[in-house]
Amino acid sequence: MNSIKFLYAAYIATWLIHGLYLGSLARRYSRLRREMKDSDKGR
Amino acid sequence: MSSPRSITVATLAKDIRLEWRSRDAINSMLFFSLLVVVIFSFSFDPNAEESREIAGGLIWVAFLFAAVVALNQTWARELRNQVLDAYRVSPAPASALFVAKALGNFLLVSLLEALMAPLFMIFYNLRVLGPAWQLIPVAILGTWALVVNGTFFAAMSLRTRSREIMLPLLLFPISIPAVQSMVEATRIILAGDASARFWIVLLLTYDVVFTTACLALFETILQAE
Amino acid sequence: MKRAFPILAVLTALLLGYATYQALVVAPTERTMGDVQRIFYYHVPSAWTAFLLFFVNFLASLQYLATANPSAKRVINWVVIAIAVVGAVAPYIPQVQKQLPEGLYPSSVATTAVMIAVLYFLVGKFFIERSLDVLAVTAAEVGVIFCSIVLVTGPLWARPVWGIWWTWDLRLTLTLVLWLIYVSYLVLRRFSDSAQTPKLAAVLAIFGALDVPLVYFSIWFFRTQHPQPVIGGGGSIDPRMLHILLMNWLAFSCFAFLVCWLRYRLEIMQRDLHEAQALEALLGDGLPPSSARTGSPINRTPSGTGTA
Repeated sequence: MNSIKFLYAAYIATWLIHGLYLGSLARRYSRLRREMKDSDKGR
Repeated sequence: MSSPRSITVATLAKDIRLEWRSRDAINSMLFFSLLVVVIFSFSFDPNAEESREIAGGLIWVAFLFAAVVALNQTWARELRNQVLDAYRVSPAPASALFVAKALGNFLLVSLLEALMAPLFMIFYNLRVLGPAWQLIPVAILGTWALVVNGTFFAAMSLRTRSREIMLPLLLFPISIPAVQSMVEATRIILAGDASARFWIVLLLTYDVVFTTACLALFETILQAE
Repeated sequence: MKRAFPILAVLTALLLGYATYQALVVAPTERTMGDVQRIFYYHVPSAWTAFLLFFVNFLASLQYLATANPSAKRVINWVVIAIAVVGAVAPYIPQVQKQLPEGLYPSSVATTAVMIAVLYFLVGKFFIERSLDVLAVTAAEVGVIFCSIVLVTGPLWARPVWGIWWTWDLRLTLTLVLWLIYVSYLVLRRFSDSAQTPKLAAVLAIFGALDVPLVYFSIWFFRTQHPQPVIGGGGSIDPRMLHILLMNWLAFSCFAFLVCWLRYRLEIMQRDLHEAQALEALLGDGLPPSSARTGSPINRTPSGTGTA
């Protein structure tokens, strides 16, 4: 059935959005770690 | 001596005087409103039947754009001359300042609407089939709905980057029920086939709720800048 | 506390996997809609989660503004208690019960009213001042994510089943408006550099909350004037489907909780770092501020949101 494509699209879209968000969180965490290390190094 | 009402009146009078002295700002806003009407007329070129259906929406979208242009300069003068600091220090209630600003904006936007509405009637050959007098409370309540929240959000946007885009970004989502009410009421009054009472009552409710909220929370906003 | 996270993450992942399996394989195929209806097992829990998160943001914003104003705080406390008491008792009064719409049980109304009060006081108990603001931004951001999923999966479900991508019905429109309000909330937080950004954002959240009932009524009346196509299943639901739906809701709630935990921790760590850097720059220690090498800390406010 053609409509099954919509089912896959919906499930994939859901995890794509969650994945992108978690990825951006991970990026922010690593940037924060870098800042903290720089801050400690300077002290 | 410095009752809230006298402060409101004094601030409002001062704003009107200053705006009148430098009419450039108002003139450019008037011209902008005219341009909006003309562009809409080019883009949506309907025959008489369809025009009545969408005219309600078109008019209020045009008013919305004109209002945003007017609202963006609400606090510009105060910001330039550090007037807001003076208000923070004075014992005057912040709500008096807010009411003065909102009323001033209301007068300005109403002036723009008074120019644009007849132009719309002309370009779209509109005839009002319903009770035309009802357009007056719709215009007053609708304009106030946009202006009261617009003045408030303009104050909130003062210390943000991209201040000019911040105002419509904050204003449009919150204004959705009000805009829908204005558009539907106008459409119904133009078409004359139903009662606009519900939408007018909803607009009134919206105005009461948000005027109260703005008055209650303006002090918080003012202190926050 | 920190060691619990990996365990919970694994458990949640397993729960999500199991719930998805149930939704895709075990759940009975819907008679009229076919397999596409399985989107519902992702769509509905995401919606409930998003609305819950937005509500938490509203409570946190309310509490944040109230802490600055003790007399207002007392008033709000009493109003919340009144809502709980009235909400718990009123649905059982016969006259009120008659007014309730079809399918809405008095016990649901009562439970919801009491839960609102419980949630409000819990938030106030466990989060104070700065952490209230961090909770607010966390709930708003994760709420927008879940709400985006609702707005994406909704049309993907509607198109094959009802033939249209979108309709201005109550649920979809309310979801869209809430999404718009909270995106504007996040934009305000990102673009506002003032130290009072939390207060401005809290006020915006209050305005948004005031707006929601007005949006509800305007759409409700609009639909009576302009009959819109009805999408979204109404009526009773097969108990097997309900079971799987609730399981997915549990899984996504756990997932949302963990994501919020991550976001919350990130925000706290960021604010702590910026405060430490600002303090260092102010007090000095004889050496050039360490942050001089990474950029001036003065430009970073202690209350900004994390930048991506």
